Formats: sequence, structure tokens, C-alpha cells
Amino acid sequence: MNILASYSSIDPVSSQEFIDRIPSGYSNFVIPFVAGMLFILTYLLIGFIRVLHHVPWPDRKKFLISLITPVTIVKNIKDMVLDCLIHVKIWKRKPLLGYMHSSIAFGWFMLIVLGHIEVALFVPRHLGSISGGGLFYPIFYRFFVWVNPDHETMRGNLLFFLMDFFLLYVLSGIGLALFKRVKSIALGMKHTTKPSIPDRIGLYCLWLIFPLRLLAESFTADLSGGSFLTRPMNMMFKSFFGNSLNIMPTWWAYSIVLGIFFFVMPFTRYMHIVTEVLLIMFRNAGLKVRKPRKGFAEAEIYACSSCGLCIDACPMNVQRKNLKFSSVYFIRFLRRHNNKRINDIAQKCLMCGKCLALCPVGIDSPAIRQAQRATLMNSLPYDYGYLSSRPAMSGTYPKVMYFAGCMSHLSPGIIKSMRIILKSAGIDYVFADEDGGICCGRPLMLAGRNDAASEVMKANKEMIENSGCKVLVLTCPICYKVFKEEYDLKGIKIVHHTQLLDDLIARGRIKVSKDGRPIVYHDPCDLGRGSKIYEEPRRVLAAVGELKRASKERDESICCGGSLGSLSLDHKDRGAVTEGSVASLMSGGPEEIATACPLCLRTLGEKSPVPVKDIAQIVCEHLR
Amino acid sequence: MMDFGFTINKSSRIDLDRFDKAGFDKLAKIEPDVRKCIACGSCTASCSAGQFHRTSVRSAILSIQNAKENEAVELLKGCMLCGKCQMTCPRGINIRHLILSILKFYGTK
Repeated sequence: MNILASYSSIDPVSSQEFIDRIPSGYSNFVIPFVAGMLFILTYLLIGFIRVLHHVPWPDRKKFLISLITPVTIVKNIKDMVLDCLIHVKIWKRKPLLGYMHSSIAFGWFMLIVLGHIEVALFVPRHLGSISGGGLFYPIFYRFFVWVNPDHETMRGNLLFFLMDFFLLYVLSGIGLALFKRVKSIALGMKHTTKPSIPDRIGLYCLWLIFPLRLLAESFTADLSGGSFLTRPMNMMFKSFFGNSLNIMPTWWAYSIVLGIFFFVMPFTRYMHIVTEVLLIMFRNAGLKVRKPRKGFAEAEIYACSSCGLCIDACPMNVQRKNLKFSSVYFIRFLRRHNNKRINDIAQKCLMCGKCLALCPVGIDSPAIRQAQRATLMNSLPYDYGYLSSRPAMSGTYPKVMYFAGCMSHLSPGIIKSMRIILKSAGIDYVFADEDGGICCGRPLMLAGRNDAASEVMKANKEMIENSGCKVLVLTCPICYKVFKEEYDLKGIKIVHHTQLLDDLIARGRIKVSKDGRPIVYHDPCDLGRGSKIYEEPRRVLAAVGELKRASKERDESICCGGSLGSLSLDHKDRGAVTEGSVASLMSGGPEEIATACPLCLRTLGEKSPVPVKDIAQIVCEHLR
Repeated sequence: MMDFGFTINKSSRIDLDRFDKAGFDKLAKIEPDVRKCIACGSCTASCSAGQFHRTSVRSAILSIQNAKENEAVELLKGCMLCGKCQMTCPRGINIRHLILSILKFYGTK
């Protein structure tokens, strides 16, 4: 079709209105785009209804209420702007990667918004404005709306400038993305995801969309107007080609690529663009993963951008063979309903939570794994009849209860140190499991045996509540997390011993001596990432020695490898994880490794070249 | 029955003809570590559940090999998966997974 013919077929602008833009009619090239757009919108609508249908009613009610709660609305908008558009989480850790992604996401968003502003400002009666009526909305503004030569004004120059500016901004991001495919480490990623075939198609479309847009807008810049980018290109092209015959092919190509992108989108990682919005709303409404593939979990699965930041994060990936057990592939197999692979990956994971901490979308893949494990493990037989026949705690007890837990009993040094510290602080306490108690229930929960776990937890809860204690001291982060989150112990303060030691030192209840011994602190997963306790242990160690830094610490700390989270990881592979963790800890040249978890203590101790001690043992050594 | 002041123990006769080798091989495929056990008993000694109720991985493995699979399941039903056995195992056996595998393989039929 000849472009000039289509231009000349437009009716003159109605005289009663002064406008400096002339909206033209329809051209066939919009068909691929419109078809793609209709397809994706229908798909999203059906998908949304499906997900909402799978969310159980109490959760759905929570979600609907959250939509009209002002506090949640503000939080939703804040999270959407910061996470979906600006990508603060990526900026914080990897600025170049953050720039790359936000340039594409925020840039494209701005192009769309500014495009609509242009339409609103310069196309009168923009729905059905063409003579003869009809549904018309000039999405491809630069093709359908151009400067009226009789009334050319300066109006809209700012918008022209902004449109060119954001197009350049997006193109710079696309350039970085291309470079990342060649050399990902330059943007801070050692490993990236291996894209699937639909992902590749989507990726190539995305790379093409913006260069084609630049070409298309440049070819029409003399008619529709343009700014610092499109106008010079238009002049350059004119001197090359000498005619306007390239306008139609480029607009067709632009529309086709957009159309393909929308058609493949449901089958690619680019579903994250829209699903993340839903995930943010679900999360802020307080929804939890209940089933591994339906409802909230489905929203999480489709919100995965498959970026692969979790690959470098995973502590198992010190061994190349474990790369395929990363969260990104777990989610990919969940999307494909590949049950065998889903279960393999779900059971291998250490549940250290580092992938969640580093995930720019915040997908709680450990929770999905736990739900997946439950589908296999919850039905296993168990018999805890012995729980009720244990001797009950009766009588009056001190207000403070110390519960060591299974693992602390394997390292009696911790218990001994705690006894000395509590005594020197003058704290009267009852040692709940002095002669051996029962498990806290978290290992069972992590294995997906929720029914069994609830029985064990019930027994512990009864024991604690009957004792009448007001403070529960724990030396094991695994116990601490589950007591804090699942037990619902009303009126009882649950403290980890790092918090207690910090408090005792700060208030002068115990006096410690400081020497120059260089100590590095290992953040146990359930204490750091799991319970957000980072500062207390560091303050305690700084009071007794010289605190060194590990190359990866706080929420990036590497699991010790002994985690009870993993079901199928064998001893040898766990050893490799431990070596990775020790290497990170030793980077600052410490003479001692401190930790606050009896499990980490034992595991790190196997591979560490320097002594590994619990924080209680170190404080005990420095008591004055 | 007349009370003699003593009872006769239940027969502990082992009938190896009834040993399900194919089944054991399948279990060993799910968790190969089952073949590593040297029956030292560290797991049983350290067991949290074992203080209250007879729970023993060592005995469970032997029970399976002696064609007493149901006994093995009974020995592991009280397990709380706390993982102490795994920490003390001198052979580095992935005991928690072994327990789950035995419960799944012989316990859910």
C-alpha cells in the first residue's frame, strides 16, 4: 500500500477546531499488533480469573479487602514503582544490571505513558475522531498523527524530546542486554539462565522492538515531527534513499515484532512483566503458599523473570553439576508440570533462603519447595504416642526457660557455656530439656510433614505453657525460627542466645574482656536470612575481639552445608558446600570462626583450618 | 493360662527366603547410602526419639535385610527427623532421607 495514498485520503480537519496535528485513518500494518494485543489481554484476563479461583476463599477475602485498605494500596503502589519500574533491588546489588533492566522497563513504560499523553493532548475526540466515526485510537501516534504544515506551532516539542530521550534510554539498555549475552560477568553475573526456545523468541523480539521503533519513527519524522534522535536520522535516511518508500516496511516490521512478542509472551519468561504486579498485590495482602502449583504459587511461578540471579546465589553451585538445581529451573519445571524434575529439585535444596533474599522479584521458592515436599511426604506414617507419656513439668519454675534443642545436645560445650554465663549474670532459669527433650518440629516442617510436625509442636507448646515461664532462651536458630513463627506462645518472649548475650553485655549484667583476636562471624541461615538477626551477634563479638568480615555475609552468607533443609543432598556434596562457606569466612584472615548455631558449628568444624566456636563459648572464655 | 512367672519371647526367627531383594535394590536406588551402613549404632545412641520410644535406624536397616519390613517401619515411625543421627554417623549416611525413603517405600502401601 502506498503511504502517500493513505495520507491523501484524509478529510480536512474540521474548521471549528484549531489543531496542529492531523490524525489520519487506518492502515493494515496495525493488524499484527492489534491481534497480539487482543490475544495477550484475553490470556491475562483468563489467567487472572483462574489464579484467583484457585486461591482458597479466606485468602481471596484477604486479597479483596487489601484492595480497599488505604495502607496496602499505598504499599502496593510504592512496591510497584520501586520493584517493577525502577528495580531498586537490582540497583542495590548490581548497579549496571539495575540500569540495564530499569532502562528497558521504566523506559518502555514512559514511552507508553507519554504516547498516551500525546494522544490525549493532540488528538481531539481521540476515540472515533476520524470522520465517519469508528473506533480509532492512534497507538502508533507517529504514523497516524503528524504536524499540520498550515498550523505548525512549537506545542508538543517537549514531548517529542522526551519520547526520543526515553527511546534512547531503552536502546542503551538493549545494548547492555546484548553485551550481557556475550559477557555476563561484566554486569555482575557469573552464570545466567539457559533460555528455553520460547524465551529465545521473546528475547529476540524484545531486542528488535526498539531499534525498529527508532527506524520507523525516523522515517516518518519529517511528517510527524521528532527530536534530537529521530530528526537527524530522518535527514540522513533521506540523503541515502531519497524517498519515503521505506516508511511502510519499517512500520510493518515494528508491528509484526510487537505482535509476535505478545503472542509468545504467555509461554516465555516475559510473563513476569504483568504477573509481578499481581504477585506484589497478593504478597502485600498477606497470602501464603498453600499448594505448590496453584493459586498464590502460580502467581509466583509466572512472576519469575528467569533472570538467573539465584544461580550464583545458590550455595550448592560451587559444583557445576548442581547448576540445574537452582530455583530458576525449579520454577521452569513447575511451569511445565515436569513432576520428576520438580521433586528432584525440591528435595535437593538446602532451604537456606539465599535465592529468596537475592531474588529481584522476591519469589519465595523455598516455600514452594516446602509445599511440593508436602505432596509426597505429608502422608508418611508416624506414631508419636510417646509424646504424651513423657513426665509432665509440674510445680513452680523460674521465669526464664532454657531450651537447648536436639542439636545443642550434640555440642555440650554450648550448653556448658550457657550455664556459666546465665549463672554469672545471676539469672535463675529452668533447663527444659536437660535430660533430653523432643524436637522443635521445624525439621519435620521442612520435610513437608506438616501433620507430624503439628503433633510435636503441640507437645512442646503444652510443656512450655505449663511451666509458666515468661522468657524462652534458645541456642539453636532452627528452634528459634519455629518457636517464633509457628508456636504462637502468648505472653512469652522468645530470645535467641545471641540476643540475650548482647542484652547482658549492654546492660552490664556480665562483664567481658576484649582482646585483639581476629574473629569472623558466620550468619546461620535460620538466624540471619530466616529471622533477620544480624547486628546482635556482631555487637557481642566486637565486645570481645576484633570482628573480621567474610567475603559473603549477612543476607548473602553461604550455608554451612549441614542444613536440615536438604533431604537428598549427600555427604560429599554437602562437604563441597561447606568448603565454599569456609573459603568465604577465611577471606579476612581470622584466627577463629564464630557462629550461633550448633549445626553450623559441627559442620564448619569439619572443614575449617581454624577453630570454630559458638558465640556462647567465646563469650564464656572472655568472662571477667 | 497358667502363670509360671515367666513368658516365652516372640520368635525372632529370620527367614532369609522371604527377603525381597528387588525391593531392597529399589530402595538402594532411591537412597544408595543404605548400603553404606556398618551397624555401629551411633544413630541409635544419639536419637532424640529413642529416649522415649524404641527408634533405631541401625535396627531398621537390619530388619529390612532380615525380611521384616513392617518392623523397620515401626522402628522409624517415632522419628522426628531432628538429624542428630546424621551428624554422628561415621559413614556420612544421608540418614534423614533414608528414613523418609523407608517410610515411603515400606510404610505407604
